[in-house]
Amino acid sequence: MPLIGKQTWQFPSQPYLLATGVVGGPKEGQGPLGQDFDNIHSDSYIGQESWEKAERRLFEEACEIALQKANVQSDQVDVLYAGDLLNQIVTSNFAARTLSVPFLGLFGACSTSMEGLALAAMTVDAGYATHALAATASHNSTAERQFRYPTEYGGQKPPTAQCTVTGAGAALIGVNGPGHLPRITHATIGKVVDLGIKSPFEMGPAMAPAAADTISRHFKDTGLTPEDYDLIVTGDLARIGHVLAAELLEQEGIYLGDKFKDCGILVYDPDQEEVFSGGSGCACCAVVSYGHLLKRLMRGELERILICATGALLSPTSSQQGESIPCVAHAVAIERRLS
Amino acid sequence: MKQGPQAKADYKKMAQKHVPKKPVLSNVIRAFLVGGLICLIGQFINQFFIAFFNFTDKNAGNPTVAVLIFIAVLLTGFGVYDRLGQWAGAGSAVPVTGFANSMAAAAIEHRSEGLILGVGGQMFKLAGSVIVYGTVFAFLIALIKYAVQSLGMQ
Repeated sequence: MPLIGKQTWQFPSQPYLLATGVVGGPKEGQGPLGQDFDNIHSDSYIGQESWEKAERRLFEEACEIALQKANVQSDQVDVLYAGDLLNQIVTSNFAARTLSVPFLGLFGACSTSMEGLALAAMTVDAGYATHALAATASHNSTAERQFRYPTEYGGQKPPTAQCTVTGAGAALIGVNGPGHLPRITHATIGKVVDLGIKSPFEMGPAMAPAAADTISRHFKDTGLTPEDYDLIVTGDLARIGHVLAAELLEQEGIYLGDKFKDCGILVYDPDQEEVFSGGSGCACCAVVSYGHLLKRLMRGELERILICATGALLSPTSSQQGESIPCVAHAVAIERRLS
Repeated sequence: MKQGPQAKADYKKMAQKHVPKKPVLSNVIRAFLVGGLICLIGQFINQFFIAFFNFTDKNAGNPTVAVLIFIAVLLTGFGVYDRLGQWAGAGSAVPVTGFANSMAAAAIEHRSEGLILGVGGQMFKLAGSVIVYGTVFAFLIALIKYAVQSLGMQ
């Protein structure tokens, strides 16, 4: 049975990760992983008239690049799983209109990248699609407007704040592919966890328990151990949440040590301006995983990785009404066998 | 992973250990310097109007505030004021320039939604509460002043 343990899907056919498309904004391009992106825009408007349109353009570009690399036409895509941070997930909806492919919209906040990848792998594995696309995007300025203040407002952010990544990532999953490509082996679907953190400027600490819960569940369900992975990466816990997640995992008897990384920490240099405790946003996990980590897999530096994207499921209204932040994390295991 | 009230209390303690404290002292010093500097510039402008444009001590405040607001709106438009705000905190938020920034920032942000519902409707998004509570408390203070004065008269 493909469901193993309580929350983990084991894909018998191990669908192929055929290609990815990764696009970044100016700040991301200047960051330490800039050279791993397919395209970097030096202007945060990307030649569009609004930031919302810019975010859509990033999304479309990431999808186009992924399809182009895999030499797959858009009419060969059987399903697109996508989501973003904006109200009514407009970025994904509007970009799906452009792409004109069968589309299922997701909202998992910053966990969307792995939520989409898990669903795409499942769909392909079950035979409902030959090619499935999973994509997500975020833009610093649209997220500021959606969740915080106008971008030019001179409010002061605390050191626990995070910087929403401007960018987009898309991954194309297929039934068949050349043997040297990475394959999706498992996905662990997370439960919503809320340990009572209320401040929207403390997303990392809010999401850390969800990440720890999903990672420990993954090991319990699969019987695998941290030794089976070369890298275990979380989506956007950033510097404070990362330490907390490691501590929570240690309480469960799981020691990850140097193998435990976080996309929010990797994506920016701590010396960059206004990155605070690290990156966040749907694109954070997507650009780091599909850009940087995939390149490392392809270079043979890594063989098996677990990516656990974390999402804070709050709305500005819920946090103004004093509610705590429910969070979710989904993990996907990617493997590239070196023979 | 444990959930429930005990787990929440334990996690809160654990999180507090790792969440860095807000640098209150340096924030206060920065706010004092920048806030003071903005007021000092205002004072220069004030004196300028008195010396060259025949304004008096009493009415020079009006053109001074107008000039400060104009500068703050320009700096907001050029994308400078938000950076200043991150460094200076209350220092750039409390003076009249902070108020101008909050209105200009909202106006710029919502320009893409049109002039009426966007700029017009959203401009007071942040400044609205300053106006509401500024007026309410001014009224309360005026009442207290009036009560104290009329008691003192008897």
